[in-house]
Amino acid sequence: MLGLIIWALTTIFTNTIHNLEERGIQTGFSFLDNVAPFGIGFSPIIEFKLGTSTYWDVFFIGIQNTILVSVFGVVAATFLGFVIGIMRLSPNWLLSRFALTYIEVFRNIPVLLQIMFWNFAIFLPLLPSPRQSLSFADSLFLNGRGLYMPKPIFDSGVGIWIYAIIATVTVIGLFMMGRWAKKRQDESGERFPARLIGAGILLAVLLIGYFVSGSPISLELPTLARFNLTGGLEIPLPLFVLWFSLTTYTASFIAENVRGGIQSVAKGQTEAACAVGLQRTQMLRLVIIPQAMRVIVPPTISQFLNLTKNSSLAVAIAYEEVVNIWAGTALNQTGQALIIIAMTVAVYECLSLLTSFALNVYNKRIQLVER
Amino acid sequence: MADKVMTFEKLPDRPPPMSQVGIVGWVRENLFGSKTNTILTLVSLYVLYILVVPLVDWAVINANWVGEDKSVCDANKAGACWVFIAARFNQIMFGLYYGANPDQIWRPTLAFALLIVLAIPLFIESFKYKLQLGAFILFGYPFVIFALIHGAWLGLPVAGTSEWGGFMLTFVLASVGIVGALPIGILLALGRRSELPVIRTFSIAFIEFWRGTPLITILFMASVMLPLFFPSEVDFDKVLRAMIGITMFQSAYTAEAIRGGLQAIPKGQFEAAEALGHNYWKMMAFIVLPQALRISIPGIVNTFIALFKDTSLVSIIGLLDLLNMALITSRSLEWKGFDLEGFTFAAFIFWICCYAMSRYSRAIEDKIDKATKY
Amino acid sequence: MKLVKLIAIAGVVAGFTASAAFAGTLDTVKSKGHVQCGVSGGLPGFSAPNDKGQMVGIDADVCYAVAAAIFGDRSKTKFTPLTAKERFTALASGEVDILSRNTTHTLHRDTALGINFTYYNYIDGQGFLVKKTLGVKSAKELDGAAVCVQAGTTTELNLADYFRTNGMKFKPVVYDTTPQTREGFDKGSCDVLTSDKSQLAAIRSELKDPSGSVILPETISKEPLGPVVRQGDDQWFNIVKWVLFAVINADELGVTSKNVDEMKKSNNPSIKRLLGLEGEMGKDLGLSADWAYNAIKQVGNYDEMYERNVAPLGLSRKGSVNDLWTRGGILYAPPIR
Repeated sequence: MLGLIIWALTTIFTNTIHNLEERGIQTGFSFLDNVAPFGIGFSPIIEFKLGTSTYWDVFFIGIQNTILVSVFGVVAATFLGFVIGIMRLSPNWLLSRFALTYIEVFRNIPVLLQIMFWNFAIFLPLLPSPRQSLSFADSLFLNGRGLYMPKPIFDSGVGIWIYAIIATVTVIGLFMMGRWAKKRQDESGERFPARLIGAGILLAVLLIGYFVSGSPISLELPTLARFNLTGGLEIPLPLFVLWFSLTTYTASFIAENVRGGIQSVAKGQTEAACAVGLQRTQMLRLVIIPQAMRVIVPPTISQFLNLTKNSSLAVAIAYEEVVNIWAGTALNQTGQALIIIAMTVAVYECLSLLTSFALNVYNKRIQLVER
Repeated sequence: MADKVMTFEKLPDRPPPMSQVGIVGWVRENLFGSKTNTILTLVSLYVLYILVVPLVDWAVINANWVGEDKSVCDANKAGACWVFIAARFNQIMFGLYYGANPDQIWRPTLAFALLIVLAIPLFIESFKYKLQLGAFILFGYPFVIFALIHGAWLGLPVAGTSEWGGFMLTFVLASVGIVGALPIGILLALGRRSELPVIRTFSIAFIEFWRGTPLITILFMASVMLPLFFPSEVDFDKVLRAMIGITMFQSAYTAEAIRGGLQAIPKGQFEAAEALGHNYWKMMAFIVLPQALRISIPGIVNTFIALFKDTSLVSIIGLLDLLNMALITSRSLEWKGFDLEGFTFAAFIFWICCYAMSRYSRAIEDKIDKATKY
Repeated sequence: MKLVKLIAIAGVVAGFTASAAFAGTLDTVKSKGHVQCGVSGGLPGFSAPNDKGQMVGIDADVCYAVAAAIFGDRSKTKFTPLTAKERFTALASGEVDILSRNTTHTLHRDTALGINFTYYNYIDGQGFLVKKTLGVKSAKELDGAAVCVQAGTTTELNLADYFRTNGMKFKPVVYDTTPQTREGFDKGSCDVLTSDKSQLAAIRSELKDPSGSVILPETISKEPLGPVVRQGDDQWFNIVKWVLFAVINADELGVTSKNVDEMKKSNNPSIKRLLGLEGEMGKDLGLSADWAYNAIKQVGNYDEMYERNVAPLGLSRKGSVNDLWTRGGILYAPPIR
């Protein structure tokens, strides 16, 4: 058995070498340091500069964009999934049917079809061209290319440091207040609305501190240029569409997990919670969901992984994540299929290992609560 | 006064008030039970109103159902153009070859009809040969459908794999995936629970590798790397390469589903089998796997549903599956601008198939639950 | 158990190390009975299915002509639609025998991918298609534009080069296939679409409102497009190359599919050699004597191919680079002798 596996692997290896030689295809890692001869449109943190960025940069920009959409997608899908899952169990018949319909529709249609549908049939035709952008207070713009927002610009002077210190001190203070409030409630049972007051203080301090430190942050507004809006913070439409479709699709699976988890909590818990006079929201938040998490988390882990993997379908709508620009554009332009595919696969293997590791740790912690 | 005899007589039960029973009672209970409930109901009704009314208007009431060509739909833009679907139905369902040769359509139609006829007994409680029939559908029927739609074996006009398309291709890809993945999946699941560290490590690595990689990358890999792995005389066409990629991908998921089943088998079964003197393979084949597979059927069906949806990814590597066929026909010169209809139709077909399968899987799950719980 | 293992091993061995003897492409093609041709499949004028589901276009015609030259029957052709991304692997792996998919000849492709370019069936250059409402008159005004472009093409590189040379910025919007690129442009995900000019004409004709867009005058690159074959099979390379030369020579000599039978009576030795009445040209190629006759009779000469497929896109041949060298173009086929 083992011999067979080894033999198969070596044969594949020698065949590959032989084929590469026979067909005159060159291979090697040296191309990675070459300057990439094509352009990339969306590169928020690691910036792409035509003429100086290398293939390495292309690779990292791809990873960065994959992570970007996955992180936002995971957060939003978890939120939406919980909302729909709880709606599914609502005593309100209509609401529960509504959630059921949502779940059954979204999870039984291929996600690629959904992505293309939202992009080509809904958002692109319905959103206006850049010149007719929908604008809100001349600072938020929405058009067929994306959403444009004011971008905060941090001054380089002393002010920004003063402001940062003020903000840090406030946050630490609020954190301590929270601990004090919890301790008091544990001891005396009196509740202190720490969150509400905390939020108020934070807002006030940040606002006052802003002016005290000499307005160190300014906003760069998007302005209309010849073709489109320039400046400001841009969320390109493909990113939005991909995020939107992955969220709605994955949420339908998470909702089912949430429903299953909540239903797995013994009925006595609900009755007991009612008996001590908790409202439905309190009951869910304090009694049911903490217990349901044990059942919800494991299958949800795999949904997060699925979402990350599904982000590779961006190829269809021109969002520049790793499969699109690396296993797509870069592969085409260099012809280095072996190395590029191997690197792409490695990225996903790492991401999937990381996600499952992080969530397994969380899962372990939550399992310990069980007595 | 005192001589008045007090009699206690039980009056017949009064019917519960109107507000507690019947439709009114139900509505009160389930829709307007409390203040929040009422608000939720009203909001839901409003959302339904703004979503459903235009949809029904577009898809049914204002839709164009009959006509010869685009002119009908151009005249009435308010509704969907189902005329387009009717005109291109054969292409969308059976691909370009059968779309161009309507006289051959009986072949895929017969193949599908045969499958349905074969599958019916599986749902009949009293049917005794379910196992045999199931095995035939899994491992015998694929040859039948290939013979019919390819044609070479039966001396019919040949429709090569590069000419397959539409729903037919989607179906074939998904079926090949599940049929090919079952044996590999069983081996991998056994390997993952094996006591030999080398085999266990290999199985885990194999499963995790395919599970961690997105299918689209695997399809790219299959289309650009697979040819490099084999001597140049071994020739794969595009559909075959996609099938290999999909099978590998699917086998990892099947293995995990089966592993779940294996884990549910009580240890006593293994020990009993060993006590009877069975060796490993006999124990697995006759004692453990039959039970484990039975438990893992819902899991396998669920991975199959996922695979069925995922086959739509082959449209990215340029195969003309249901999704791609719906797209290219709705973007053809004759029917430009009806992609909403194309998307809707493809979504509808996918939805029906997946929904039906998920109901089936849930039904089996319930049955198994009942059987094991009592 | 042993038996099972044995069978499994035998099967795998057979799969991996099938006969080492390498048959030439011509023999393979003859034995399977058709020419497998890789095309775009979605590009009107070059290769696209017609109403009856047959592949038509000038790229498809090259394959028909090769099939006619080999089998005397143009219908012995099968098509594999390929994306730009997978085309070279498909050719190198033997999935297709000819890659006739508007492929640009470049040094990198010639040397690093294990393929050979035969000759050109269309000489093109890259241009821009712009929405009229933007009021752009020249490509030099495109600073800051979002540009739709197809992945895996030389187009993508020329685009970057052009903007870099002119010190302008652009935002690429990269789609995987021509239909998607067109759809993206049509629905407004970009301001400009860039591609080879012949494709621009085809794409424009397929937009919802063709008159709403205009092709800019600039041509920013050289794109010699032609059929490609695998490296290392000179006989097959020669066949494809000379079938293409034959239809161009036929154009030059005035031999068309309609008059080819009369032309057999011609006294012109060039025509006699072309039609296989003199010399042993067919034998040299490994084909029958009437190879070129069949190709011309069944598919037509280059001019017929062009007029039938490319001219309807609104691209006139007269005086363009694709005209014969004798008429001011650069199309020049070596003599058949």
